[in-house]
Amino acid sequence: MEVGLKMGFEETELRLGLPGGGDGGEVVRKRGFSETVDLKLKLSSKHGGSGIDLSEEKKMTGLNKEKNLLLSATDPAKPPAKAQVVGWPPVRSFRKNILAAATQKSGSSDESGGEKAAFLKVSMDGAPYLRKVDLRMYTSYHQLSDALAKMFSSFTIGNCGSQGVKDFMNESKLMDLLNGSDYVPTYEDKDGDWMLVGDVPWEMFVESCKRLRIMKGTEAIGLAPKAVEKCKKRG
Amino acid sequence: MFWGSRKTIDMNYFPDEVLEHVFDFITSHKDRNSVSLVCKSWYKIEKYSRQRVFLGNCYSISPERLIARFPGLKSLILKGKPHFADFNLVPDDWGGFLYPWIKAMAKSRIGLEELRLKRMVVSDESLELLSESFPNFKSLVLVSCEGFTTDGLAAIAANCRFLRELDLQENEVEDHRGYWLSCFPGSCTSLVSLNFACLKGEINLASLERLVARSPNLKSLRLNRAVPFDTLQRLLIRAPQLVDLGTGSYIHDPSSEAYNKLKAAIQNCNSIRSLSGFLEVAPCCMPAIYPICENLTFLNLSYAAGLQSNELTRLIHHCRKLQRLWILDCIGDKGLGVVASTCKELQELRVFPSDPFDAGNAAVTEEGLVLVSEGCPKLNSLLYFCQQMTNAALITVAKNCTNFIRFRLCILDPIKPDPVTNQPLDEGFGAIVRSCKGLKRLSLSGLLTDQVFYYIGMYAKKLEMLSIAFAGNSDKGMLYVLNGCKKLRKLEIRDCPFGDTALLEDMGKYETMRSLWMSTCEVTLGACKVLAKKMPSLNVEIINESEQTEFNLDDRQKVDKMYLYRTLVGHRKDAPEFVWLL
Repeated sequence: MEVGLKMGFEETELRLGLPGGGDGGEVVRKRGFSETVDLKLKLSSKHGGSGIDLSEEKKMTGLNKEKNLLLSATDPAKPPAKAQVVGWPPVRSFRKNILAAATQKSGSSDESGGEKAAFLKVSMDGAPYLRKVDLRMYTSYHQLSDALAKMFSSFTIGNCGSQGVKDFMNESKLMDLLNGSDYVPTYEDKDGDWMLVGDVPWEMFVESCKRLRIMKGTEAIGLAPKAVEKCKKRG
Repeated sequence: MFWGSRKTIDMNYFPDEVLEHVFDFITSHKDRNSVSLVCKSWYKIEKYSRQRVFLGNCYSISPERLIARFPGLKSLILKGKPHFADFNLVPDDWGGFLYPWIKAMAKSRIGLEELRLKRMVVSDESLELLSESFPNFKSLVLVSCEGFTTDGLAAIAANCRFLRELDLQENEVEDHRGYWLSCFPGSCTSLVSLNFACLKGEINLASLERLVARSPNLKSLRLNRAVPFDTLQRLLIRAPQLVDLGTGSYIHDPSSEAYNKLKAAIQNCNSIRSLSGFLEVAPCCMPAIYPICENLTFLNLSYAAGLQSNELTRLIHHCRKLQRLWILDCIGDKGLGVVASTCKELQELRVFPSDPFDAGNAAVTEEGLVLVSEGCPKLNSLLYFCQQMTNAALITVAKNCTNFIRFRLCILDPIKPDPVTNQPLDEGFGAIVRSCKGLKRLSLSGLLTDQVFYYIGMYAKKLEMLSIAFAGNSDKGMLYVLNGCKKLRKLEIRDCPFGDTALLEDMGKYETMRSLWMSTCEVTLGACKVLAKKMPSLNVEIINESEQTEFNLDDRQKVDKMYLYRTLVGHRKDAPEFVWLL
């Protein structure tokens, strides 16, 4: 069993790219890293610069390899944007955020417009786990909404299963779901208040947003009493 | 105080209380574990007299069993999530919850006094319960934890009457602004260590000053960014006995009265041996701290993004007694040369990337490291983020510094070869493991083939923790390590071509280790299932981030993330949906 696996692993390896883009198989991992970076750039160019992290790309790969052929057949001539592989370099997010905030304050910038990342937690009611987004990767509510739709797509379409796979790439359906009355995107601001996403100008939102929560519409009605509770608790 | 019956004094046996007294001198966890294996009576005496317990993996045993085993528990260290969780490789809600531990200890009336946690999820609820359940609680240290707010801290402050230590290091804390500090009652005068540098919100400055003023035993104080310069000055006047200081915001006009006052206050603090902070810093204010530099043994400027290389070197010129230095790479190779010529006592060096997002921009190279190795022969611990590394440099470093216990190298482009020879870095790391016989922790990066693992398996006999990323060619690499490194406890691997053969070759090996992490490797679901079935003493967990369920995933499919660890208590009950327990 093991021998068979070993021999064929290049072919069966879950790669983010066109299959058969052979590389002689010598030091596959060497390719592995630059491939993942390359694909990331290709995806970025397709999705308008939204910085999807690699784990999400892997998720997409796991679901449907054929779709990746479509995704990666984009404009390869795009200038390389700042590439980010999840977890590399191995620096704690805490430290990354502090340094990003510091460089922003001192006004330093480089060719690609500065890093200034701010990873925020995003939760969605009913989803089994949270995600993190870097708000600075987007320049508008629309881009953010797109990215969130992709992140949580698997949870919005029924409850997993084959139907989810089919509907996965149906963007408009996702957008409808997220934009419709079923889900309400909210965020917690610097003062600890929960606000509706979209009221203030984008830049102001980025400055004041601390975490995001995509609530079910019905939940949002229950928001007011929670806020009151919070005030009481603080006394 | 002793449990168990009084023994008659026999030629061959000592009374329990004498044995207990002897065991008091045995402090290492390993040794105490050995003691308990000698015989039944030693086991019993050790069991009841044991106060300090270290659990490197909170899932290796349940709270109830721990309490039954060591009912005299007073001091507990717990670690939760796997190390790679620090780098966003583990989804939130994976686990590592503190609450069940507090609940169980509270229920059994454990006399908990000290708790130290790393990578655990700590809720406000658990902090509140803790503060209410252990009247003698003295010390809380949280490192890289999350899940709590300043409300939880308020409970600790308000209820732990004998609190000596509250030390928060790099935690994600939801900050409800500064009122928590005011919750320390006026009667609380026992503080020895207070570190809230990781908090992002405002602090009630008046409360802080009063608290420091009534804490005569305060030795360690680390402030957050919200504490301004002039408050720092007033605090130093109140606490000239400080040994460890972390500044808050360090920005002011150097010609001002406040600056002069600070200068004077600092000169009075001649016990300070450890300095950190400077999250916000004005370089022109640095001269104020020169007077205390000559006595510093630990300097942490790794958050001081506002200091340039020349300012850093000017400061370091004054720090002749430095043993540990944490700094940003903007110090540059030349700056490291200054470190090499000034800090002859240096044992630990950490150089962090000032720009962690851009792989092209680290300001230090192999040159800086070589200079430090030449100037600082006592160097034994290294964390070095750099632009590039050469085999020649590593070989030189290995020759100059044979005492490395920790050697962690991170080349920002993780598969970069030796830029001079274009070769992999196998020989360089090989030289390190050959030369540093006491090496316990190693992190690799750069272009690496199976050969480097051959060397590690052959020479790194004391190695306990190994971190590998984007390295190796085949299963042989991993097998060299598993077979050769007899003392290996933690192995974490990402993005390497290691697969089922390597994983399944010696399954018993994992029982001798704390844990194994493999992500984006070649390991299949089927192999993980085989391992889980054959080794009931291991928990084999798959973190699955796609929407497919366990049942329609093919055994031949590669798993994204696998984490396995030895355990006495089988599957954990708190795993989220996306973690499959095989």
